Amino acid sequence: MELTSPAELLKKNALAVQDYSLLAARSVTNLFRRPRYVPDIIYQADLIGVGSLPIVVLTGTFTGAVLALNTRATLEQFGVLSLTGQLVSVSMVRELGPVLTSLMVAGRNASGMASELGSMQVTEQIDAMRALGTDPYKKLVTPRVVSTVFMMFFLTIISDLVGLVGGWFISYTWIGLDTFQYWNTAYQALKFADVTLGLVKPVLFGFIIATVGCYYGLSTRGGTQGVGRSTTQAVVVASVLIIAVDFFATKFLLFIFG
Amino acid sequence: MATSANQPTGTIHKAIIFEDVAIGFEGLTVLDGVSFELKRGETKALLGVAGSGKSTILKLCLGLIKPDRGSIYVLGHDVTTMSEEELFNLRNMIGIVFQESALFDSLIVRDNVAFRLMEEKLPEHEIDERVREALRFVELEQTMNMFPAELSGGMRRRVGIARAIITRPEILLYDSPTGGLDPITSTTIIELIMKQRDVYKTSALLVSHRLQDGFMLATHRYDPDRKHMIPIDGSALREVLTTFLILKDGKVMFDGTGSELVEVKDPYIREYIS
Repeated sequence: MELTSPAELLKKNALAVQDYSLLAARSVTNLFRRPRYVPDIIYQADLIGVGSLPIVVLTGTFTGAVLALNTRATLEQFGVLSLTGQLVSVSMVRELGPVLTSLMVAGRNASGMASELGSMQVTEQIDAMRALGTDPYKKLVTPRVVSTVFMMFFLTIISDLVGLVGGWFISYTWIGLDTFQYWNTAYQALKFADVTLGLVKPVLFGFIIATVGCYYGLSTRGGTQGVGRSTTQAVVVASVLIIAVDFFATKFLLFIFG
Repeated sequence: MATSANQPTGTIHKAIIFEDVAIGFEGLTVLDGVSFELKRGETKALLGVAGSGKSTILKLCLGLIKPDRGSIYVLGHDVTTMSEEELFNLRNMIGIVFQESALFDSLIVRDNVAFRLMEEKLPEHEIDERVREALRFVELEQTMNMFPAELSGGMRRRVGIARAIITRPEILLYDSPTGGLDPITSTTIIELIMKQRDVYKTSALLVSHRLQDGFMLATHRYDPDRKHMIPIDGSALREVLTTFLILKDGKVMFDGTGSELVEVKDPYIREYIS
């Protein structure tokens, strides 16, 4: 294995950050330039949004259920089992809904984008597209970014909702909590800041998933092995970025809302 | 395309002009001071060993990559100074056939060939008509609804040619169109290139490892009546403008006609053409 000098490594990483930033910026500025690929956006929205629905529903339901299950012992100690709904709703809406949905979508779609665009790159299809007078950033990147951002917003809402249903199911069948009490505390506990926090995050995460997936796809080198490498890197980087941005976004939004 | 600052006087009369072009990748020089011209209506066969920079020349013509030094004029436009946005307009006047066809594997043949027309949002009936015409030119009309993976290597190249010619471009770039194909299919492809040259008078750069491809183009012409290529007689020699360019170590070793090529005494070229 060839050893790389630290300066060379730093230069390579700085170049990667620059290329990623340019791609991210172009994916947004292309929204204001013609042609606009509306059918591609709809197709991608179906692929990303509707296609991810089963895993998001399953993840959300079981996360809500396990939250209720795990907190039972603690809440029971303090005699506040009635607050199960509040705990599930705040945890789901503020944190677990957006983050877990994003991680699931990243695993499914960042990898899909990286492998699809990576295969196109190594078989010269991207060059062919440019040679045919079509901007691959407009045709391939922007529709994926727009549809991921858009669908992440709604997928998170669905995840939050089914998480609450999962929590209710456990609270009702296992803990013996009254249905009205559960939903009432769950609803009453949510504040404007919680909902805003929970709905701003998926937009940021959706942008990260699509841009990282497209960046690794379009920078693929080295045949089928390169496609595999890009796919893995896209999922890893997107997941780590989601967790890191989650921290900073939470900190920032808490500062805004107090 | 409107005239611009990228269009110096005199360059418009030539299809392609390379002036002292140099490019390297990761410290390796690929082209070093390459200069040549492609006249309108001329077909130039680019020859050279693998890695001599033949395909790089085609990518430079399209502005897919930028040279480290020198100027490249395509239909009078200096592609080295043009933005990607400006290049998209120019590329609509150039067709390219890639080495491995580079067909969009998720689109059927019809949509591959119609890609440019669909981007221009032409009416469906017009698209269908022109796709049929282009596929008829390459004798693959029956493959309209097939996916590229269902076609043979030779058929994919022919679909690639149909995709390149559908907008009736002024320049065609062929990147090893006969590479890896059997002799019969290779002859079919060369005949199609000849047909395009003689029927539509399109300027073309043909990258090839096979010297016989260039010589076949230089010594034959397409007969539209017989729908077949025939050897050229003396009177038609001027009309069939086919020249050769040989590259070695990033430099132009030879640039001239077929008859000049066979007269060259340079030992490398003698060995190459023997």
